[in-house]
Amino acid sequence: MIDLLPGREKQVVHTGGEGAAATVMACGKNSVAGSVSQRACVFCGSRVVLYPIADALHIVHGPVGCAAYTWDIRGALSSGPQLHRNSFSTDLQEMDVIYGGEKKLEAALLELIAHHSPKAAFVYSTCIVGIIGDDVSAVCNRVAAQTGIPVLGVHSEGFKGTKKDGYKAACDALYKLIGTGDTSNISPHSINILGEFNLAGETWILRDYYKRMGIEVVSCLTGDSRIEDIRRAHGAKLNLVQCSGSMTSLAKMMERDHGIPFKRVSYFGIEDMSAALYEAAKFFKDDPAIMDRAQNLVREEVAAIYPELQRFKQKLIGKKAAIYVGGSFKAFSLMRALRLIGMETAIVGSQTGDKDDYQQLQEMADPGTIIVDDANPLELAKFCLEKDVDLFIGGVKERPIAYKLGIGFCDHNHERKEPLAGYIGMLNFAKEVYASVASPVWQFAPRRAKRAALLSQNAA
Amino acid sequence: MLNGTTAEIKPREALRINPAKTCQPIGAMYASLGINGCMPHSHGSQGCCAYHRSHLTRHFKEPVVATSSSFTEGASVFGGLANMTQALSNIFTIYNPKLVAVHTTCLSEVIGDDIPMMIKKATEEGIIPAGKRVIHANTPSFVGSHVTGFASMVAAMVKYLSESSGKTEAQLKDDGQLNLIPGYIDPADMRELKRIVKEMGVKTVMFPDTSGVLDLPQDGRYRMFPSGGATMEEIKSAGDSVGTIALGHFASHPAAIELDEKCKVPAALLELPYGLTNTDLFIHALRNHGGVDVPATIGEERGRLLDAMSDMHQYFHGKRVAIVGDPDHVIALTQFLVELDMKPVYVFTGSSGKHFEQRLTDILANHAPDAMVKQNVDLFELHQQIKNNPVDLIIGNTYSKYISRAENVPFVRFGFPILDRMGHRYFPCVGYMGALRLMELINDALLDHKDRDCAEENFELIQ
Repeated sequence: MIDLLPGREKQVVHTGGEGAAATVMACGKNSVAGSVSQRACVFCGSRVVLYPIADALHIVHGPVGCAAYTWDIRGALSSGPQLHRNSFSTDLQEMDVIYGGEKKLEAALLELIAHHSPKAAFVYSTCIVGIIGDDVSAVCNRVAAQTGIPVLGVHSEGFKGTKKDGYKAACDALYKLIGTGDTSNISPHSINILGEFNLAGETWILRDYYKRMGIEVVSCLTGDSRIEDIRRAHGAKLNLVQCSGSMTSLAKMMERDHGIPFKRVSYFGIEDMSAALYEAAKFFKDDPAIMDRAQNLVREEVAAIYPELQRFKQKLIGKKAAIYVGGSFKAFSLMRALRLIGMETAIVGSQTGDKDDYQQLQEMADPGTIIVDDANPLELAKFCLEKDVDLFIGGVKERPIAYKLGIGFCDHNHERKEPLAGYIGMLNFAKEVYASVASPVWQFAPRRAKRAALLSQNAA
Repeated sequence: MLNGTTAEIKPREALRINPAKTCQPIGAMYASLGINGCMPHSHGSQGCCAYHRSHLTRHFKEPVVATSSSFTEGASVFGGLANMTQALSNIFTIYNPKLVAVHTTCLSEVIGDDIPMMIKKATEEGIIPAGKRVIHANTPSFVGSHVTGFASMVAAMVKYLSESSGKTEAQLKDDGQLNLIPGYIDPADMRELKRIVKEMGVKTVMFPDTSGVLDLPQDGRYRMFPSGGATMEEIKSAGDSVGTIALGHFASHPAAIELDEKCKVPAALLELPYGLTNTDLFIHALRNHGGVDVPATIGEERGRLLDAMSDMHQYFHGKRVAIVGDPDHVIALTQFLVELDMKPVYVFTGSSGKHFEQRLTDILANHAPDAMVKQNVDLFELHQQIKNNPVDLIIGNTYSKYISRAENVPFVRFGFPILDRMGHRYFPCVGYMGALRLMELINDALLDHKDRDCAEENFELIQ
């Protein structure tokens, strides 16, 4: 075992060990000061949730950094406007910190709204705004009154919690829009897709599936979304919530106030994707044709990818993977998808999982799997070597660590280049995993090269 | 994405659109990584640290470690002392770096955290183990830019670590050690500077030095603290050098001046060695301060550059260039563009500083007196200017590629950050050899564009 920071012992579990079944993970904690955490802040959480709303203006109220680091870094695609990809900020300076930044914010909003005519504006508060005490809500109200569009303050001061609190702040801002649009002409068989961000165009794939089933997608929150759709989201009959960490609070509010039930789903992997479609079909049981169409769709789509998946499975069988992702719900899907292509999950961890998530992970995982909350790179690297994994699934900060170790990598975060959701996404995932795991480059990696040499020595 | 950009330019007081700079702490973090065995520490919320690490990782494709004080609401009300104390204790206990380089953030600056007091307290309480050090730089995000943060951290290295041991002038001369402060450049550039210095036969201490830290070979291991970087002992000994060569007014000169004041080490304040003249000046300074002759090999490198400049001069002549980036980079590169007989039209930086405009006005006085030189400007304005008066080439960091695409103008990636190409990680731009690479990038961008867009009858085999 490697050294862990004091206080982190309970954030790492080896399944199958003594008393493992009873282990309750300590999680949802703030990271220990002084740890090399992979986690971000409240602002980051809000920014990722709202960013894909393409016809809205997004302005960061704070110093330039927060706006610079979140400028067009997510591959959340828009089929129309590209306004959201620009970086707008108040670039607060020393004088603004002393005298307040409200005037600057108001002027910036008025100028941008006049120029771009967005359908709404989101104003992200950063750490400093929370400290200098700008009344962002008052500015938003004034500008909204003057321009006639919703101007929504997002309470995303970085220090006011974790990334999860940022999701909540984003949901609160979104909720001010929901319920303000006209819901006539919405089909009785209608849904909202929550927690799906159209990375590499994934929302488009899902919309197509539901359309083929005869279900209307009122809005997707927030992949390729438009303000008008969000305003009428309360007219849908069911909410399907992916990436549960980010959007569950919104789904709960919609259930409370608009009576819309919600189901947790995942669109990743054949099993979970199919379950998501059937979940919707079961809900609309008044029209059995929907279930028929769902079954046909699943049959067709699976048949289309299955033979090729099997070929990948033959090549990948027995290979081991490490998973380190933002939300733990994604980790469940990834474990199932890896099993489908013959791979084992040796290490699984997340930045923001909760107690129940980790309990479920322990139940799903094979004995000996390492489960970790809020890991640091040293831990991740040692676990990878300890378990001798062939693949790492993670985000931008983990990629170079994997490569230094001579391990393949798959980006399952916002820098993914191919859609990984849906059936075609499962095939893309298999291709991507195979391309990296089976790359000839690893035969030159010292770890493999040494092993090959040892084996040939033993044989001789 | 940039279809909202109009040619009409209105004055903007309150709004930054598509910035040509970022905040101080990331520069401080990058500089810190150039000290051997150093853990950069961000005194603020977790997000800052995560963003800087991700951003640096995208530029270098290397693991970047740093720790955070992980501010919460409590810390921002009561001050960050408890967080800092806990952080330092954890860092030394678990990661065991040789030193910790603390930089502040907007949050800790606004609540007024006194970092030297915190370091003093940690020292008194025995949290900092014997032989280990904690240094700091104030890097408020609402002042300056990432370049300011870099410069402040380099100056902090001098403030905290450099010492004059009281050797006589004769002893110092005998040692013949020279300091080299390289500026905000990539590890490949730092590696090249060390090669040149070695070729010249000058004994130097270079800090910061991120080669061997952020350009590691793959060897199957992950190291939190790679073997590269200037050691604490080397930076200490900088106080005993016969002179300092500091490259770049904005990133390096403050540290050189600090060293002169603190340890009486005289400094040669130069620009970055991009292009012919600036490299000549660098070599000249090495020769003067190091008391060596220029070896024939260096002369040959210069000759090869000159030969290439002669061979290709017709392709560069009169080409209108927009250049945007960090002030030291832009100043030195503009000098090279003038040597290539190109015509700088817009010479912009997102950072602030009068020296930028003064220096460039001098450089451009004879060759391109009509060039527009501006500080504290963003890429939105550059785009507007280009719409009004087009250019043949854009030189800037990756973010300039939106403008290049929107206006169909050839583009050379240069500076920080480069998020979408690989060359900067391996091939230097400094020195005579680096100048050849810059020439190649510019020449290829122009000719590739011509080959793609020109009429069939003008499509030439030989260029």
